[in-house]
Amino acid sequence: MISYRKTVTAWLLLTPMIVIILGVSGYPLIKTVYYSLTGAKLIAPDLTDAWIGFGNYIRALSSSNFREAIWHTTYFAVISVGVEMIIGVMVALLLNEVFVGRTLLRAMLILPLALPTVVNAMMWRLIYNPDFGALNALLVQLGMLDAYRSWLGDPATALDMVIVADVWKNFPLVALIALAALQTVPKDLYEAATLDGAGMWNRFWRITLPAILGPLSVALVLRTIEAFKVFDIIYVMTRGGPASSTKTVSFYVYQEAFAYMRVGSGASYALIVVLISACLIAGYMYLIRKHGEA
Amino acid sequence: MQTSLAKKICIYLGAALLALVIALPVLWLFIMSISSSTHLTTLPLQWWPDSPTLENYRSLLIYAENTPSQSFLYAIRNSIFIALAATGLSVAAAIPAAYSFSRMPGPRRKNLLYAVIAIFMLPPVALVLPLYTVMSALGLLNTHFALIIVYCSILLPFTTWLLKSNFDTIPSDLDEAPIIDGANRLQAIWYVILPIARPALGAAVMMSVLLAWDEFFYGLLFTNDIRAKTVTVAIADLAAGRVADYGLVSAAGILAAVPPVILAFFMQKTLVSGLASGSVKG
Repeated sequence: MISYRKTVTAWLLLTPMIVIILGVSGYPLIKTVYYSLTGAKLIAPDLTDAWIGFGNYIRALSSSNFREAIWHTTYFAVISVGVEMIIGVMVALLLNEVFVGRTLLRAMLILPLALPTVVNAMMWRLIYNPDFGALNALLVQLGMLDAYRSWLGDPATALDMVIVADVWKNFPLVALIALAALQTVPKDLYEAATLDGAGMWNRFWRITLPAILGPLSVALVLRTIEAFKVFDIIYVMTRGGPASSTKTVSFYVYQEAFAYMRVGSGASYALIVVLISACLIAGYMYLIRKHGEA
Repeated sequence: MQTSLAKKICIYLGAALLALVIALPVLWLFIMSISSSTHLTTLPLQWWPDSPTLENYRSLLIYAENTPSQSFLYAIRNSIFIALAATGLSVAAAIPAAYSFSRMPGPRRKNLLYAVIAIFMLPPVALVLPLYTVMSALGLLNTHFALIIVYCSILLPFTTWLLKSNFDTIPSDLDEAPIIDGANRLQAIWYVILPIARPALGAAVMMSVLLAWDEFFYGLLFTNDIRAKTVTVAIADLAAGRVADYGLVSAAGILAAVPPVILAFFMQKTLVSGLASGSVKG
């Protein structure tokens, strides 16, 4: 009896959250699945949503443009997250040492994190500006570059330059997580290892890395999920150009649905993105369950 | 001794490099914001303006109709209102939910919690099309209300999870005692849990405001004029303008960054421990 009442109370307390989540996430997700099986257009979604089954998916998967967008997104996610992890761990190791100005430096890490994504994108766009940008000016004045370049206007460099901007904003997150994990490693472990003759390299691989691997893997998966959604920074810096060289899947869906008004096929692209994300999210769920129950 | 000196030099070199990498881009943004646009388009580029000016800030902050200041000030107002309202709504719904997840666990509720977290991580493109058509059908596009509701899809799962993991650290005797004495669950939450969880509540509110302030995708699609455009959308507009005034754009960027940066520095400890506990404990 008491346990029955308790269950009812438990669900009552959850009701506001469940209602909101169903409204803003549950229903839209199901409706996206429905749209993806129709030819719905943005202008009158309910008038023209003729059922066309898997037609959208077949077209999506056979579209070389979309496959290219998946490749750009994968490249962006792997390179930016990879570099963020390496720099983040190096910075955490640095900040784990004792030196003058350490507290200030750690506080400075907050700056890129707190800077709004759009402001970060705009800042780097100005720095990369082909005619008056600071990067061109700096490299030319230092003699490292002969003439001004259009960093974002060249399909060969655009995506990498966007990655630099993304890494600058997000490496502090990895650094802060790794630093917090480092501070839980007992100091005498290092002393013992040093006495046993282990060098710096050995101590890193045998003691440091295993100790921070848990939190680091969570950060890795979280950042990868985020990187797969990338939209803001692309929209502000390049709008997917030049020659579609920075067009990622989120931007592709945005264009399909809101520029070309094709909601049905846009939804099918979106769900393919969801499927890829779902694999990453499943990985994340596995990690937090493992840590939660350990 | 020798190796220790070499190590010291490495550390200070690394620290200096890190400080430069973080500070230089933002410093340059600031310098651009106090430069005139003629100065910024003079070659070769000079690194400090001959006559620093606050003109860019003045033309953004002193209200005049049909100028950049109009769209910018309205955008700031919209962003503040939307961020606070969405945070309030999310936290209000998250508190009882987090309590339920923490104190009355059950297998089905546990799965629900994981489902909520999974939904939080879905890319917004998965939800945006139906949200758009529904808002459009209800005539809610370009209103504060639409963004407040939609932002809950981001803020609510996040705050629920954050508060749940904090409630878990509060001994359950504390809130079971008044319930045995006849108080109901809401009273126990209000009088016992919330006062103890105040730091976590502060962290949840701060992170929510930061997330909402930073949001761009929904803001871009659901708004189209000064009535509801948020500050991130206004900045993207400014940056994309045909005659981009670099100084003005930079000043707008600095102004939009000030509230979240101050908030984040102010709550630095909470932010860092929140990040850490989120990843260490899961």
